[in-house]
Amino acid sequence: MITAIYLAAVVCIVIGLAFSRSTVLSDILGVLFLGVQTMLTVHGLMNPGLTELNYFSFDALGLILLLTLSIISYPALIHSRIYLSKPKATASSAAAYNASCVLLIAAMTMGYLANHAAVTWIFTEITTLSAAILIYHHRSKLALEATWKYVFVCAISICFVFVGILFISLALLHDGCSELFYSDLMAHTSTLNGFWMTLGFIFIFAGYTAKLGLFPMFTAGVDAKDKAPAPAGALLASALMNLGFCGIFRIYASINGTPVGNWARMLMLVTAILTLFIATIYMARISNVKRMLAYSGIEHMSVVTIGLCFGKAGFIAAMLHMVMHTFVKSGLFFHFTQIWRTYSSKMLDDMGDYLKLNPFGALVLLFGFISIAAVPPSGLFFSELLVFKAMIAEGSWVVFAISAFLLTVLLWAFARSMFRIIFLPAAKPVEKISISAWESVTQLILFALAAYIGFNPPAFLLDFIEQAATMIS
Amino acid sequence: MLETFIIIFLATLFYLAIANRMRNYIKLLVYQGLLLFLVAAFHLKDFNIFNLIVILLETIVFKAVAVPYCIERIIRHNGITRETEPFLPNFVSLLITVGIVVASILLSGSIDDIILDKFFFVGAVSAIFTGLYLIVSRRKILTHVVGYCVIENGVFILSLAVGNEMPAMVNLGVMLDIFASVLILGIFANKIGDVFHDVDIDALSGLKD
Repeated sequence: MITAIYLAAVVCIVIGLAFSRSTVLSDILGVLFLGVQTMLTVHGLMNPGLTELNYFSFDALGLILLLTLSIISYPALIHSRIYLSKPKATASSAAAYNASCVLLIAAMTMGYLANHAAVTWIFTEITTLSAAILIYHHRSKLALEATWKYVFVCAISICFVFVGILFISLALLHDGCSELFYSDLMAHTSTLNGFWMTLGFIFIFAGYTAKLGLFPMFTAGVDAKDKAPAPAGALLASALMNLGFCGIFRIYASINGTPVGNWARMLMLVTAILTLFIATIYMARISNVKRMLAYSGIEHMSVVTIGLCFGKAGFIAAMLHMVMHTFVKSGLFFHFTQIWRTYSSKMLDDMGDYLKLNPFGALVLLFGFISIAAVPPSGLFFSELLVFKAMIAEGSWVVFAISAFLLTVLLWAFARSMFRIIFLPAAKPVEKISISAWESVTQLILFALAAYIGFNPPAFLLDFIEQAATMIS
Repeated sequence: MLETFIIIFLATLFYLAIANRMRNYIKLLVYQGLLLFLVAAFHLKDFNIFNLIVILLETIVFKAVAVPYCIERIIRHNGITRETEPFLPNFVSLLITVGIVVASILLSGSIDDIILDKFFFVGAVSAIFTGLYLIVSRRKILTHVVGYCVIENGVFILSLAVGNEMPAMVNLGVMLDIFASVLILGIFANKIGDVFHDVDIDALSGLKD
């Protein structure tokens, strides 16, 4: 019932926002959306395991991701509001932005909760559509290039996922099942046809890497996060990546423990390490700060995927890592709007002296950097440590050595750039502009939340993660 | 009968590999649309009549008329005539396409499946990978769109293969077709053609690290 109300409300709000030409009306609709989003989240948390409209279940994995998304949707809409007012966007482009931002959040929400492979796929398609509008917000030549690349790569990847679903449907048909609910897949784990599941997993994995941000489809995502307005980039670089993880994990859970599962695990591990390697190389030579943040997202999703490959302990670490990464990475993207307003540039060469130009913002950025670099007191430090512990427990010393080395190089590259922005003098004089400290508060809360979860994960969160872990144990 | 259509479909893939003129690409897309219409008409027996009409209309109207017409309009609007300097000579392209088809046939050899017709599998997998090959081996963005349409045709064949058991999958395939084609061609027709006049992939190199 509540899900139906949510869907109906979202449709009305999106239509309203698309036609709204007044800021006040858009604000009211935005607040209304946050209201229904919170309502759905609270409803889900109070009724775990509930299935509504036949295709949407509040299972543990869906709830964790939904809660994370709902938390960042508040600052996302607040910062979008600031972004659209400084400098003031035209009424029509603001309307397109607001409508597609709400549509993106709603599509991700339903994608997390979907309990049917085809339904997850449909909502992933909708995220591509809404993200494309957000990326094209500035209507520039480069924005068009990024939109084109993103849409094209996502269209191919969505075709791949569909082919994968078709192969899996063949495996299910052999077991006399003509539906594609994840519960059907889980129920037939031991009897599913290995050949079709292998082919199906390859295609689904390759397809969802466009959203998850792993090799081979990660490239379009980087361009998208670079050209999209920073508050929208925050959603693309965190919650949307989680949707890719969700799509892959739900299929992986159904083959885990079978010979196909072991093979899939190997495939994911090799892909994740390869992606980590690529992210390291780019991070070391990149000079565009926003792209650097995008590559850092790819790095963290590689760590999450590696965690997924190391049993229950690795999975729990991976889930914690994903939740905290969502908070920290979106916080950094929200903060990027201040950096952009200070320097009117994304390039490292134009930056420096940030501590003098925006003292409070610089301290928040420093905290954000420490958080994302997984250096204590960052929460990500604990989850990364747990991933490494899971690796060592399984005796995977080679994987441990390679990933530890790559992460160290990454840390060096990231620190070099961030310290340059904050502490080193700028190459050319930059005029100081006034930025309200209030604009940094949401970021501070998100970083602190991540640190808190790392030190003292809430019992209910651990409960949900444990429940989700039963899917693969 | 079905087998004949799929073999002709495979032949269009070979022709795609060596085609240079944009008009030939469009003609081939029209032929593929017609072939898919025939395959759907002959294969989908257990469908209710309304659903079948929707699917047949989609293949004939959308795949064989609307998409090729839209590409044709873009070509005329931008004055593109042929795919210039492919990365690889045509003969090599032909060899690679043959390789793709042979590999799909070999792969299908390991399938012992009562539900899936091997012909469908070979047709679908060959089309998907030939489409991908077209995308990576050609310079014009519009040829990439043609490659994408070929991939979609392959996916459609595969959805037909399980269509009698899972009718919903065919409908989803149709939805994917319309959604993605409208999105891609929409951006193309409205924006890319006007902003990047030459529509060569070298024009899309502004974003790099």
